[in-house]
Amino acid sequence: MTHSAHIAERWLYPTDAGLYCEPGDFFIDPHLPTPRAVITHGHADHARAGHDAVLTTSETAAIMRLRYGPDAVGRFETVAYGETHRINGLDLKLVPAGHILGSAQVVLEYQGSRIAISGDYKRSPDPTCEAFEPINCDVFVTEATFALPVFRHEVAQKEIQRLLASLRLEPDRPHLVGVYGLGKCQRVIKLLREEGYDDPIWLHGALISLCDLYKDLGHDLGDLRVVDTEKPGGTAQGIIMCPPSALGDRWSRRFPDSVSAFASGWMRIRARARQRGVELPLVISDHADWPELIGTIRETGAAEIWVTHGRDDALVHQLSQMGVKAKALALVGFEDEAE
Amino acid sequence: MQRFANLVDSLAFTQSRNRKLSLLTDYFLTTSDPDRGWALAALTDGLPLRVPLRRILPEILADIVDPVLYHLSRDYVGDTAETVALLWPDRPEYQRDGARVTLDSVVTAFATAPNSSHAEILKGLLDALEPSSRFALLKLLGGAPRVGVSARLAKLALAQAFEQPVSEIEESWHAVDAPYLALFDWLNGDGPRPDPGGRPVFRPMMLAHPIEDEDRTKLDPDDLLAEWKWDGIRVQVAAQMGEVRLFSRTGDDISAGFPDIVTAFTGRNCILDGELLVVREDEVAPFNDLQQRLNRKTVSARMVRDYPAHIRLYDSLQIDEKDLRDLPLIERRKRLEHWHRAHPPLSTDLSPLVPFNTFDELTHLWQNTRAEGIEGLMLKRKDSPYLSGRPRGHWWKWKRAPLTLDCVLMYAQRGSGKRSSYYSDYTFGVWRDAPDDGAELVPVGKAYSGFTDAELLELDRFIRSNTTDRFGPVRAVSPKLVLEVAFDALQKSTRHKSGIAMRFPRIARIRWDKPVSEADTLSRAQSLLKAPSLDKRG
Ligand SMILES: [Zn+2]
Ligand SMILES: [Zn+2]
Repeated sequence: MTHSAHIAERWLYPTDAGLYCEPGDFFIDPHLPTPRAVITHGHADHARAGHDAVLTTSETAAIMRLRYGPDAVGRFETVAYGETHRINGLDLKLVPAGHILGSAQVVLEYQGSRIAISGDYKRSPDPTCEAFEPINCDVFVTEATFALPVFRHEVAQKEIQRLLASLRLEPDRPHLVGVYGLGKCQRVIKLLREEGYDDPIWLHGALISLCDLYKDLGHDLGDLRVVDTEKPGGTAQGIIMCPPSALGDRWSRRFPDSVSAFASGWMRIRARARQRGVELPLVISDHADWPELIGTIRETGAAEIWVTHGRDDALVHQLSQMGVKAKALALVGFEDEAE
Repeated sequence: MQRFANLVDSLAFTQSRNRKLSLLTDYFLTTSDPDRGWALAALTDGLPLRVPLRRILPEILADIVDPVLYHLSRDYVGDTAETVALLWPDRPEYQRDGARVTLDSVVTAFATAPNSSHAEILKGLLDALEPSSRFALLKLLGGAPRVGVSARLAKLALAQAFEQPVSEIEESWHAVDAPYLALFDWLNGDGPRPDPGGRPVFRPMMLAHPIEDEDRTKLDPDDLLAEWKWDGIRVQVAAQMGEVRLFSRTGDDISAGFPDIVTAFTGRNCILDGELLVVREDEVAPFNDLQQRLNRKTVSARMVRDYPAHIRLYDSLQIDEKDLRDLPLIERRKRLEHWHRAHPPLSTDLSPLVPFNTFDELTHLWQNTRAEGIEGLMLKRKDSPYLSGRPRGHWWKWKRAPLTLDCVLMYAQRGSGKRSSYYSDYTFGVWRDAPDDGAELVPVGKAYSGFTDAELLELDRFIRSNTTDRFGPVRAVSPKLVLEVAFDALQKSTRHKSGIAMRFPRIARIRWDKPVSEADTLSRAQSLLKAPSLDKRG
């Protein structure tokens, strides 16, 4: 199989714009505008505007249209999960990555070798997207955002229960929950609903349009209300969701005695939580943690692992200890912090 | 253990002092003995345990984690205890066994076992606990968990929880050892107030205010005593019934590092206030010499010989069982002189009074005395009783080098040239408001000189092990270290967030001994803008 992996380097390789597939003549999650891009998911560091043509899932296309406007991409071609596309003798398939709504791994097969490009992924369950599907392959191209053995995420339900427990303990203090607007926000809302929280959930203005999109795509998020920007505090109470950046800025001051929470895998590290002045760190991540990364890599059976972004040093070291060939692609343009 | 871990977590993430107080209050009221006492010890004086984590951690980690992965993780997390707590494998049995681990069981296990089995015990405990308890455990064994709780705040919480005056708690504190069963019995109304009677205890110290222009215009030289302000650290020595304790200003018991002082006072019966110095042949050694003796749990005979400790006494709180604190200073001083003349302990002398008739005379003295070990002058009202805390209108300090600020190290950057592998450029700040737990630091300047090469190495080591974040060549450092920064002038500046800019700042001293809560505030810094100050006029 190492032979196939070796061959693979000739038709899939990093370039200035990003990972390039030669026989298909497209880039995967390029950070510069390209004639043709395959996009794994809608997060801004993976899905950028300005490409002439984009192939992705219909959900990711909807997210990109919403974020960048209808004309930001020349043409969308959408494919369903599992559907095979043939381009110049190359077979392309999008397979669920379990990261956020519409997220996909890109599975390429060419001249007898198979490469799966994970994009961002996780293995823990998420009610807002389809579960990751392990693909048997020769080369597995993985992310490494949380690739250090100190990262073992909590079970998300448990963290949601902690949030609700804090709210029960201090019902008079509004709980501001910092979340990334795409994916994390809707996952947290849905988990809250699953835990039986039926009160209205209040949203910072910046989170509304993506929640609306999720609703349009069939995800019931319950009673969502918008924080009134006119008067301080307004009627908002209980759980109030906002972008992480709003936690420390003027916006949050309208809720004087609030509890600030932040749902992110980074909250595993105390210093990170303290820097942001977070009182209730919630370790909820949409990325694979260390055991998930190692487990998934084993599951794919791949003889060679390429690491796109994150803590590639630790992961490459660990894999070489395990006797798995691994290399860092050192792709630029991905944000370590983004989650 | 889980309860204590929760407390440590909540305290660490809570900014507000009042919330911290209520978390502590709640914990003390709802946790049973002896665990709450051990927790109290852990948060204040530290547990009476000596577990050499530095030696045994590498030993037990060797089987658990690859060294490269450990270093990458440690580097990222910035804290050894947290790194180990996070990467220790979760054993399926911890759910079951964890509940059985109490603080008391931990203390008992380590206290009763031979040193050779400490590694095995620690391993067993880590296996039985979940991550946040593992973290709390390691912090507990490594010294005090830094959760922004001062001993003072813990005592305040006790006072609040059990509705007793904090001064009584402070006095009873050192009368009992951890887990303070008698203290809690008294607080619960189940026993008498622990009587410090036979044992030397800490009495809250009386502190001075920096002198301001207005003070001088209001004061009459006839009402005041002047003393030199010595460049050492303030201590209280308490001797009673054959026992001697040396306390720092914050009430920490530092006796273990000063056997020479303990010997000098053994058999005496007194509580005295003075300055701890290193003195050789009647000459005060530079502060740096004293640094060698600080922060040590044990001290070698050679250390004692090379850096002889000395106390320069200036006040007496108690002599031969008689509490003198209500007497006027001049009377306490008389008794101190009398006592000392009668039988002076080794390694002590009296801080002489500085005679003066007018402020001009004093100013002249203040400006022209450059002897080693003198930092400035102290002015004290002759009629001051010995009050705890920092009462207004009694004592003033008049520092000789007026333009210094005690700042907190915030960021460090790699130097250039031969220093390129060290973090040698320092950004420091002062507290925006009162330096309470959880207050905010504002950067006020940057310095890259004023320290020796040896100090550079120490600073570099401190920075590497206290990094909280990195931005390129810059590291953010957790606010733990006070730097005494000297500068030529302080100017208004619109470019800086603090609104002030320093001219030629340099590190005057590294104050390893000083709690960050005692670093200066922005308003104190701003007061230096107001030229001409008393200091410059004279
Ligand atoms: Zn993503
Ligand atoms: Zn990513």
